[in-house]
Amino acid sequence: MDTPQTYTIERSRLIEGLQAILPAKSVLYEPEDLRPYECDGLSAYRRLPMVVAMPDSVEQVQETMRLCDQLAIPVVARGAGTGLSGGALPHEHGLLLSLARFTEIVEIDPARRTARVQPGVRNLAISQAVDKFGLYYAPDPSSQIACTIGGNVAENSGGVHCLKYGLTVHNIQQLKVVMVDGECLTIGGAGLDAPGYDLLALMTGSEGMLGIIVEVTVRLLPKPERAQVILAAFDNVVKAGTAVGDVIAAGIIPAGLEMMDTLAIRAAEDFVHAGYPTDASAILLCELDGSNAEVSAQIMRVRDILNSAGATEVRTARDEAERLTFWKGRKAAFPAVGRISPDYYCMDGTIPRRRLPEVLEAISDLSRSYDLPVANVFHAGDGNLHPLILYDANKPGELERTEEFGGKILELCVAVGGTITGEHGVGMEKINQMCVQFASTELNQFHAVKDAFDPAGLLNPGKAVPTLHRCAEFGAMHVHRGELPFPDLERF
Amino acid sequence: MDTGDNTEKLESRVRSALRIGYPLCIRGGNTKAFYGRIPVGEPVDVRGHTGIVDYEPTELVITARSGTTLNEIEAALAAENQILPFDPPHFGEGATIGGTIACNLSGPRRAQAGAARDFILGCGLINGTGEVLRFGGQVMKNVAGYDVSRLMCGALGTLGVLLEMSLKVLPKPETEETMRLEATPVQALDRMKAWGRRALPVSATCQVNNSLYARLSGTGDAVAAARKQIGGESADQADAFWEALREHRLVELSNALPLWRLSVAPDSPPADLEGNWVYEWNGALRWLSADVPISQLREAAAAAGGHATLFRNSPDRDQVFHPLNGGLTKVHRRLKRAFDPAGIFNPGRMYPDL
Repeated sequence: MDTPQTYTIERSRLIEGLQAILPAKSVLYEPEDLRPYECDGLSAYRRLPMVVAMPDSVEQVQETMRLCDQLAIPVVARGAGTGLSGGALPHEHGLLLSLARFTEIVEIDPARRTARVQPGVRNLAISQAVDKFGLYYAPDPSSQIACTIGGNVAENSGGVHCLKYGLTVHNIQQLKVVMVDGECLTIGGAGLDAPGYDLLALMTGSEGMLGIIVEVTVRLLPKPERAQVILAAFDNVVKAGTAVGDVIAAGIIPAGLEMMDTLAIRAAEDFVHAGYPTDASAILLCELDGSNAEVSAQIMRVRDILNSAGATEVRTARDEAERLTFWKGRKAAFPAVGRISPDYYCMDGTIPRRRLPEVLEAISDLSRSYDLPVANVFHAGDGNLHPLILYDANKPGELERTEEFGGKILELCVAVGGTITGEHGVGMEKINQMCVQFASTELNQFHAVKDAFDPAGLLNPGKAVPTLHRCAEFGAMHVHRGELPFPDLERF
Repeated sequence: MDTGDNTEKLESRVRSALRIGYPLCIRGGNTKAFYGRIPVGEPVDVRGHTGIVDYEPTELVITARSGTTLNEIEAALAAENQILPFDPPHFGEGATIGGTIACNLSGPRRAQAGAARDFILGCGLINGTGEVLRFGGQVMKNVAGYDVSRLMCGALGTLGVLLEMSLKVLPKPETEETMRLEATPVQALDRMKAWGRRALPVSATCQVNNSLYARLSGTGDAVAAARKQIGGESADQADAFWEALREHRLVELSNALPLWRLSVAPDSPPADLEGNWVYEWNGALRWLSADVPISQLREAAAAAGGHATLFRNSPDRDQVFHPLNGGLTKVHRRLKRAFDPAGIFNPGRMYPDL
């Protein structure tokens, strides 16, 4: 099957078949045309697809899927390619199905507070289009300028506001999905629930393994009357972590609750001059939103809580401009770190919040032993950690060391009762760590779910759920649950 | 020794059912026996599998075994001034968390806060080959693997025996006040639509008997400010009203007639069908107590973008849930086989062939 001859035959059959379905300009196969698709946001992994197809109608997607099903060609769906786990990494014998031409906002219904959009519509474009109705779409991943709603559904994307407003799965109500055999299913409906199994939830976060999303109906929220942000500085990260718990224990659910450590603070400050205290060990950004009355009352309480928790400084943004400046530093944290290091590797584990101090300590120990600096950016409200490992890909062996270090961080997250991915997905990147988080019986159950939708395994093969064979090679099955290499940690 | 952990016993029940080849009827407090198609199979009582395994208020997460009663969970949360935000109905004394999740039942607060499925973070279950599996976890954000935990919500036990679940909880609102306004269904739908466009802290709505009730939740100042915007008079004994609505004890809902549940687009006009109507969830949930032909209800719900369930007092328990089209039926059958290849769990409780 892998001989050059069969590859050539497969490829020309696919190209011919696609050219019968799509306009010539929508089928790419010359190496220079394929190059832009060789990786997604995880650029350390690159691979050229056999062919790229760019349909622009649901019927074309259906025809394309029927063709690939018939020819047994793997299909990898791609939106804007901003994903951080290699979920849209092409298959060398497969079709890269770009949904970039599906950019239409089909319908906005202000009365129902919904928008029906094509999958290639950018996340931020939805909020911009409904702004005139006083509405917005809540999930706001930091890539929201570029990332598409189809990709958001495939990854179940979050953002800084998900503690209060939820993830993608909480903010959509209907999907149109083309199955592997070309049939188009409508999942969900115009009400708040649908009969039968919750396929809407199953599709969300399924990383292109179960179907091709061709339309999304999102729920919209009225814009809050007021949003206000508090910046608090701490002289140690444990105190900052405790303060987060104190805010929540007081019965307050902030719209956003973010934490950054020294290295991240300094990098962000140098980059965007957000006015962060660069001598702090950690800062918290706590955003409160709602009615004027609600926000006023909560601001006072949160200030008191943060002061009692030992903050060295507590600042409330004076006006909207300063609020945006405070956030600008946080939102620019990744590129800011990119300025101080030739490369960085962004991790995405989630932990129970109370385990934060020991996890940060363990990360800092690992950082020393791998001799690679780490900047920590943390969705503190919901326990989602983004350690950024600083490295230089041009130094021999440094990428490999970084990946190994990253893998250890993820295993650490599992050891304290957390997960290897909070919002970036498993994709190609964390496939080995899936063997750590799940037992073989659980992985088999995932494979059975996949089989129910895609018996021939054509949709995004090799991603998201590892084969047991791969886990055996990774050698992780024997350390599943409780026997991980962190014997000094209290077991979950 | 942890006497509440019945995992091994439940596992061996599943294994022997597999060996002998008889179906199982998974049962908690048996408070929802009225719901769904007629239960068949040997009863498996999960009430012995009980206890709150973990509850850390500042993490906003509670983990409990499936046989734990809602009463026990709600009491533990109340002691920390927290709630199950989806506001589940009990429909009887011994209602368990397992049954609640299996039915994905949510109460009046659902329109604002979300449904049971929105708050599940992880679960343990026994699948149809007798394996004990865990999915999700105790953290808010987790996208490792398919979202099996949410798939269990509303699956009516047809995909596995739920062992335990972790749920996100929220602080109890500081202040709540319910306003009552006079309103026909059409007027009520208009008002609820208008409130939804402004960021008002409305946590529950109900139109019944020419009145529109709206509950406001939040800080004292926020509730006071919203009260002025909404108008009407402050309702007495509001907690009792919302509980009666949730538990179907309102006179409009508690009679011997068939009770229909219509889940539809919130702004769809009232259906032209005679009977007692009660509107909730800003119009997205409508109850009808009436003897109306099934086909008429199903057409009305479909026309409004939703679906109709024969919730109680069904004259025909064969057709409880809205029929699925061919494509969806195929996916349902395959998913059922993926979890329960021998078809031993609650066969036919949801649809005849699941």
